[in-house]
Amino acid sequence: MSAAAVAETTPAASPAVEVLGADKVFHTRRGEVVALRGIELTVERGEFVSLIGPSGCGKSTLLRLIADLLPASSGTVRVNGKPARQARRDQDYGFAFQQAGLLDWRTVRANVELPLQLHGVGRARRRARAEELLELVGLSDFADHRPQQLSGGMQQRVAIARALAESPTLLLMDEPFGALDEMTRERMQTELVRITGETGAAVVFVTHSIPEAVFLSQRVVVMSPRPGRITQLIDVPLGDRTEATREAPEFYAAITSVREALRGTHGPTAVNDPTAAL
Amino acid sequence: MNRTLGRLLGRALLAVLGLAVLAGIWEAYKAIAPDDGVKLGGVRVLPRTDDSSMPHLSTVWHAFGRTDLDQTVLHRVFFACVHTLRWASFGFVIGVIVGLLLALLMDRFVVAERAILPLIVLSQTVPLIALAPMVKRWGDGWSIAGLTWQPSTSVAVIAAYLAFFPVAIGMARGLKSPEAVHTDYFRVTGSNWWRTLVRLKLPASVPFLIPALRLGAAAAVVGTIVAEISTGLQGGIGRLIIDYSAAASDDPSKLYASVVGAAVLGLFVAAVITLVDLALWRYRKTGDNA
Repeated sequence: MSAAAVAETTPAASPAVEVLGADKVFHTRRGEVVALRGIELTVERGEFVSLIGPSGCGKSTLLRLIADLLPASSGTVRVNGKPARQARRDQDYGFAFQQAGLLDWRTVRANVELPLQLHGVGRARRRARAEELLELVGLSDFADHRPQQLSGGMQQRVAIARALAESPTLLLMDEPFGALDEMTRERMQTELVRITGETGAAVVFVTHSIPEAVFLSQRVVVMSPRPGRITQLIDVPLGDRTEATREAPEFYAAITSVREALRGTHGPTAVNDPTAAL
Repeated sequence: MNRTLGRLLGRALLAVLGLAVLAGIWEAYKAIAPDDGVKLGGVRVLPRTDDSSMPHLSTVWHAFGRTDLDQTVLHRVFFACVHTLRWASFGFVIGVIVGLLLALLMDRFVVAERAILPLIVLSQTVPLIALAPMVKRWGDGWSIAGLTWQPSTSVAVIAAYLAFFPVAIGMARGLKSPEAVHTDYFRVTGSNWWRTLVRLKLPASVPFLIPALRLGAAAAVVGTIVAEISTGLQGGIGRLIIDYSAAASDDPSKLYASVVGAAVLGLFVAAVITLVDLALWRYRKTGDNA
């Protein structure tokens, strides 16, 4: 299903993700840690958004709030118009972690089938869907292998296939390519753009890498720490992403904008700067 | 699967080799050392080597063929082992069930873990020899649903008591073993405790369960033998060892024969667990053999 088709068939106009005034405070022995303060973020259906920022800025925490892996201390988090907890129960999203997190004792195919099995999908349908997904990520030939026999990049592809198993309209990804080398990373980025284009899913993608954020996203959310907050939202209107995009001057300009935003100065394409010079 | 089998055969061969080396050391020591053992400053540090203290291995071998009350020693040792095995197995199964249930309880409720774990550890510090007659006294005459407490039940209970500890601890560790990325994934799929248990924690705990079962099985056999002796139960290998040790001043080889029988029983039980291990080989990480 293309992004346009998804947008047409979705009944409600609610965005994929809505975070309204969310805070997250951790209570540790040494006192309180304000991991996130006053987060306002909306991700539209089919939109690819990256969260980028230095360590401690709360980007992974924000992702976990959206995924209902952590409860918000205050404010609301909605996914597909529902509270995050409901969305998790309804399986509205798929999650990809930095380590692939595949189960050693299952074959690649059985790993991809896992979410379907957990939700009571019948054997024939599971197998068919797994075949489809492995084809999508280009690993059909490895269906009967064990995860240990695959390289890091291939394991991540399996993890992505697994995250897409129930055709979620939202993908949450926490630095999934962080452990890969640069060449594999770029290949995976191209694959991801293709896959999410084909499925029309919205994506919230946490990364440390500026070129990665710029290449993948329509919008880059720049965050900074102490307390964790969004400092800038940068549009990246680069159109369809291909290998040629990586060489385009607009690509480098966008990278510069994001880099400057991360440093605290305001770039020319900045749309939103809620805080003054940091 | 063939590789696993090959590896097991290799291991078995090494074990046989180890036994051969031990046999060699036995006979060599017997040949070299003086009859009275090796003394250092008036204290004997190495055992006596005369034929009544340390018979030749061939004598022990022949002891199996000798008669004892119209049956061969081999026959008596074998059937005594069968009885002990029966009681030990019964105790082992109960111990495993109790151990597994405790591990599951501790996994489900953090409070349970904090409360129960110290008690589990403490339970093992009670001396077995004192415990066995106590269990017998409590149990004698008990009757539930037409089943009465047999003398062998006390022995099986002791075996269960010793077996449940390694199983509970090993399983508890195994249930905790999955990494955060796995438990997070299951949470993300909206799975409840039960589903996470069945699909993640149980398979992940197999590499921990197998060594725990092995220890539990050995503990069950040891517990049964000791309990037989302290409750005075007839028919098992424990009783036989005591009987033969009483007669050892005349004929030590029968005692050694019965001890060999007990050792073989222990090996048999370990081999059964290895079969369980093979059955669950799918859940072992490749290249891992604990």
